[in-house]
Amino acid sequence: MGFWSVITSIIPSAIAYTIPILMGALGGLYSERSGVTNLCIEGLMLFGVFSAAATIVKLQAIPGFSFVLAIVIGILVAMAASALLSLLHAFAAINLKANQVISGTAINMLSTAVTLFLAQTITGSGNITIVRGIIRQNVPVLSKIPVIGPLFFTSTYWTTWICLLIWGLSWFLLYKTSFGLRLRACGEHPSAVASAGVNVRKMRYIGVIASGLLSGIGGACILVTYAGEYNAGSGINGLGFLAIAALIFGQWKPLGILGSTFFFGLCMTIANMGKVFPIFQSIPTGYLGMFPYIATLIALIFSSRKSAAPLASGEPF
Amino acid sequence: MGRERMKIQRPLEARKASPLVVSLSAVFLGIVAGCVFILCIGKNPFVGFERILFGALSNVRRIGNTLGMSTQLILIGLSVAFAFKTGLFNIGASGQMLMGGITGSILAYYLPLDMPRVIYLPIIIVASMAAGAVWGFISGFLKAKFNVHEVVSTIMLNWTAYWIVYDFIPRFIIDPTISVKSKPIDTVHTLRADWLTDLTQFSTLNYGFILAIIMCVVVWFILQKTTLGFNLKAVGSNRFCAEYAGIKVNRSIMISMAIAGALASLAGLTYYCGYSNIMEMGKMPNEGFDGIAVALLGNCSPVGIFFSAIFFGILKMGRGSLAATGIPTEIADTIIATIIYFTATNVILASFWNNIFKSRFERSEEAARLAMAKHGDDTPIASLSRKRFKEYAKEGRAYLKEGKEVR
Repeated sequence: MGFWSVITSIIPSAIAYTIPILMGALGGLYSERSGVTNLCIEGLMLFGVFSAAATIVKLQAIPGFSFVLAIVIGILVAMAASALLSLLHAFAAINLKANQVISGTAINMLSTAVTLFLAQTITGSGNITIVRGIIRQNVPVLSKIPVIGPLFFTSTYWTTWICLLIWGLSWFLLYKTSFGLRLRACGEHPSAVASAGVNVRKMRYIGVIASGLLSGIGGACILVTYAGEYNAGSGINGLGFLAIAALIFGQWKPLGILGSTFFFGLCMTIANMGKVFPIFQSIPTGYLGMFPYIATLIALIFSSRKSAAPLASGEPF
Repeated sequence: MGRERMKIQRPLEARKASPLVVSLSAVFLGIVAGCVFILCIGKNPFVGFERILFGALSNVRRIGNTLGMSTQLILIGLSVAFAFKTGLFNIGASGQMLMGGITGSILAYYLPLDMPRVIYLPIIIVASMAAGAVWGFISGFLKAKFNVHEVVSTIMLNWTAYWIVYDFIPRFIIDPTISVKSKPIDTVHTLRADWLTDLTQFSTLNYGFILAIIMCVVVWFILQKTTLGFNLKAVGSNRFCAEYAGIKVNRSIMISMAIAGALASLAGLTYYCGYSNIMEMGKMPNEGFDGIAVALLGNCSPVGIFFSAIFFGILKMGRGSLAATGIPTEIADTIIATIIYFTATNVILASFWNNIFKSRFERSEEAARLAMAKHGDDTPIASLSRKRFKEYAKEGRAYLKEGKEVR
């Protein structure tokens, strides 16, 4: 296996790993920019995985029901379910003036427990496996472009393109509209925004719910692309926390998080693809497994010192 | 010259909600939420809770097992609370537990079996605490020197520890018959003691429980009676103020995380070399997160942690008896998570109780005024003693009642 062929199989896989982290990090971006510290991305994403899995399994069991439609409905249900769960965090953080770090941790634990509880009630075991996820396809025309084609446009999931579109729209919304300016201002100096007649609480609710919606998509993407099952035992392996790390590493900016999540996606690929590529085969599984987490720590060392965190993030208003 | 303590009488005012009241409210709300969940799946919540209590406390052995489970929770609760006092949120207890557990397990495997226990036990205790201290210290160091948020770094270290254990079990302590577990540790090399095992009819209760109680006292002593504890708490309440007062903030953060790590790894030792006696590959211990609930519910005080750990121990041990009722055992975790959610909102719970106390006080005040007017007593209410105030209020209420009846 040549070097080039390794690259062409790593990159599409890295993109598949990147997308869920990107959605989680983008969700965190909305929430933190509006001034609510959101450490429950992990729990929200897990809830998305679970609710998408439960929905898709039920729909795919109906004879003659379109698999693609089942997946679309599954993703929408995941968004709605995660948004509902994020409301709990929003309520605690905004109305009850709770400690947002603790509330986020509570949501994470609640999500783990409730999904397992429901999975036990629905299937009788801790796992829900869907019949079929999304089939990888080559993008017509674009995949024929030399170099770029094989790297970015072959064997892609259609969710990838939708998620990238969401990322682009989010950038536009946050940086080019008055709504975005207000939302960002709520995270920097809420009293100034309030004196301009904007309802800070409402903006913060929007921020947290957006993080729920996006984490829901992220979770559903994990399920319908590479995972194919909800597994209570391993959950989502701290992917939600990787998303938060990516948010910090990306300095709370859309372009920054696109880069940092791609970096983490690449690390995740290396961790998981060790068995496939001969060049990694001599390295024990344990070392490959811990690689993304250690890489994250190192990345954080370089990026945390001059933190660009929103000033009022975590402060009740 | 003897010092005379002047007794200052606090002005009489409405009672404030104590941490105990707030914690009990959170427990109450958590249990209510648990009942709602059980009702949602069409089962009887009372049967569920009856089974939990039965499973946890119905005989000596079960009580022993509950205390054995509580052992880990006490130590992790102490770990989280210790970091919390310095303003740090240690959610890396799971990883620190794994590091303590793997160190203890490897030593238990390789140290000679005929070694006297008086020498053996201190060795594994110190070694595993050291491993956890290093693991905690990394987070503290990253926080102090590079401003890396400890929540994110401890989670990353959790997964690193997870993979280290994944790598070390097959490398050093594998059970050849079951290839994903370590070889069970010989009983003389665990923390179990014959007299405890006999006393509780072969439960999992071990020396760890005694260690946990000792650690409660040690943590209380460090936090309340030493300069180190004072410094750590000062950093926790106001970092900048502490720095201005000449306390080395960065050093305090590192020390605090190292001690927290040592406490959590001791929990790992009691868990893997006392409670279960084996380690499994690819398993993250949930107890690390339950410990957060223990610490928060116990208001971060050693005594509170002791009792809340026993409460969670009952929930976690008793859920095993739920199988016959058809209620998923995860109900216990759901209740624990809900309790944390409500302890996070303690400001609201406290103000809820404060409002109740206040309106009750105002009603008594009105009644007391009436009674005082009758007696011709014109001392201001604020300087009355509580006992006197209560007497007046009682009398006044009686007048009010009479008045109503006459009308």
